[in-house]
Amino acid sequence: MRAAIEFVGDFFYLLLDTLRAIMPALSNGRGRVLAWRNIWMQMNRIGVESIPIVCLVMFCIGAILAMQIAPELARFGIVPVTADVVALATFREMGPLVSAVVMTGFGGAAIAAEIGTMVVGEEIEAMEAMAIDPIRFLVVPRVLAGMVMMVCLTVLGDLAAMFGGLVASALLLHLGALQYVHHALAILKVGDFLTGLVKAGVFGVLITAIACFLGLKVRGGAEGVGLNTSKTVVFTIVALIVVDLIFTSVFFYLGV
Amino acid sequence: MSEPLIQLQGICKSFGDTRIYHDLNLDIFPGETLVIMGGSGSGKSTLLRVLMGQLKIDAGNVLIRGRTLDEMNRGELDSWRKSVGVLFQSGALFNSMTLRENLALPVREHTDLDDETIDLMVQIYLQLVGLREHIDKLPAELSGGMKKRGGLARALMMQPRILFYDEPTAGLDPVSTAQIDELIMNLKNKMGATSVVVTHDMQSAFKLADRLALLFDGKFAAVGSVEEFRTTTNPLVRQFVDGRLEGPFVNPSDQCSYKAQLLGRKINEVPHGQKTT
Ligand SMILES: Nc1ncnc2c1ncn2[C@@H]1O[C@H](COP(=O)(O)OP(=O)(O)O)[C@@H](O)[C@H]1O
Ligand SMILES: [Mg+2]
Repeated sequence: MRAAIEFVGDFFYLLLDTLRAIMPALSNGRGRVLAWRNIWMQMNRIGVESIPIVCLVMFCIGAILAMQIAPELARFGIVPVTADVVALATFREMGPLVSAVVMTGFGGAAIAAEIGTMVVGEEIEAMEAMAIDPIRFLVVPRVLAGMVMMVCLTVLGDLAAMFGGLVASALLLHLGALQYVHHALAILKVGDFLTGLVKAGVFGVLITAIACFLGLKVRGGAEGVGLNTSKTVVFTIVALIVVDLIFTSVFFYLGV
Repeated sequence: MSEPLIQLQGICKSFGDTRIYHDLNLDIFPGETLVIMGGSGSGKSTLLRVLMGQLKIDAGNVLIRGRTLDEMNRGELDSWRKSVGVLFQSGALFNSMTLRENLALPVREHTDLDDETIDLMVQIYLQLVGLREHIDKLPAELSGGMKKRGGLARALMMQPRILFYDEPTAGLDPVSTAQIDELIMNLKNKMGATSVVVTHDMQSAFKLADRLALLFDGKFAAVGSVEEFRTTTNPLVRQFVDGRLEGPFVNPSDQCSYKAQLLGRKINEVPHGQKTT
């Protein structure tokens, strides 16, 4: 228990240090070009690989949702409402969450393994000894890239899921595409879209920060790297769900 | 003698139950080359970490030009670190970067020099350690000795006046060893660099050192000039210098603990009351 609290405490310290390092990293004269280039590189690495997977998975989820819900709705004679349900579930919940899980598998694990290997190879120590702050140099670009890419991934995933729902509806439920789109657009409010994206941004920070944190915490050779890489995936998924719950309850109370 | 550059005063440090240092004292003077010897696991690499302010100590003080390391603020600590070049035991090159990028990094981060100038410096320092033809290789494509020389070149990029070398010649062939020794000598003679060299290699140690220090059982068991080390009758130093098997120097982590294990006894009940892990 004590260990768990210390762990979470340490993690928040890292988050705090990261926040503190963001402005200097992006604005101080010389490091600026490097920092932006670094962020761009990380965005490519963390996010781009996940795009096809997120689209595929979200397409399937959209179709699954439609097929699960339609029979229920058919009993009340309101099959077109399928589009409403798919849209709300996707934009508010499934889009950010599923994209985050995929990014955890790709980006999170890769970051933890990479930074862990750097710890084992004395690279982090060397960096410190050269007066280069590993938080500023390694963590900040990854966290920022994670945040931006998570938002992008979620938008793509949302669209893919809507398309999946549309295909399933058209093929199996004899729901016209136009009617589907019409329904979806009618039900979605800007708030649904935004709450999803806010969540996505926070998830992006969470995934990359946990990965960096556990990467930096690696001890004892290749074994430690493997251990912390799998820990990263498990802890991140738990953290994602818990944070999601918190967000959802807050949105629930606020009525957005 | 002049004011010491670095002073270690009563340093104590444990990792969990493992005591690495208790009451470590040493002064390091500007311009000298101090060689630190000691068995594997005696805490030589850890000592360099302490000197760089990368590791909290349990008790005692590290003074840099009279200023306590613990009390330095971020800026002071950074400028201390920038003034020191460190060659890590493994070279510690960044594996995701080529040699060129590795060497350029500290200068890019800390100065306003333009890219062409930096690239020129990179080539000069790689030439110095004989790696210029490998400039665009990744560390994974280099041998252990080449990595170490690359690490050395990187440590020199900021033109430090203080250099820490962690086993610079361990695992190198005799010719490379001689080259590295030569380089360390030159840095000292031409730039008046202050060097702390951790090494097991007696030949290098005697060639390089102004003074030697032997780390044993958490303390400096002996500190003295090359002459003093050659002629001393201190059995510990004799055993280490002559590389003999019998003597007071036992590798703390093997003999005692396995005896204790075999006998199923507590470690501190082991004969000759040696305090170990
Ligand atoms: N971060 C650490 N945590 C726990 N133990 C450590 C740590 N760093 C070093 N040690 C232990 O301290 C001892 C000295 O290590 P080191 O300074 O690397 O020895 P060496 O003299 O061979 O360079 C070793 O027993 C090592 O296991
Ligand atoms: Mg060592």
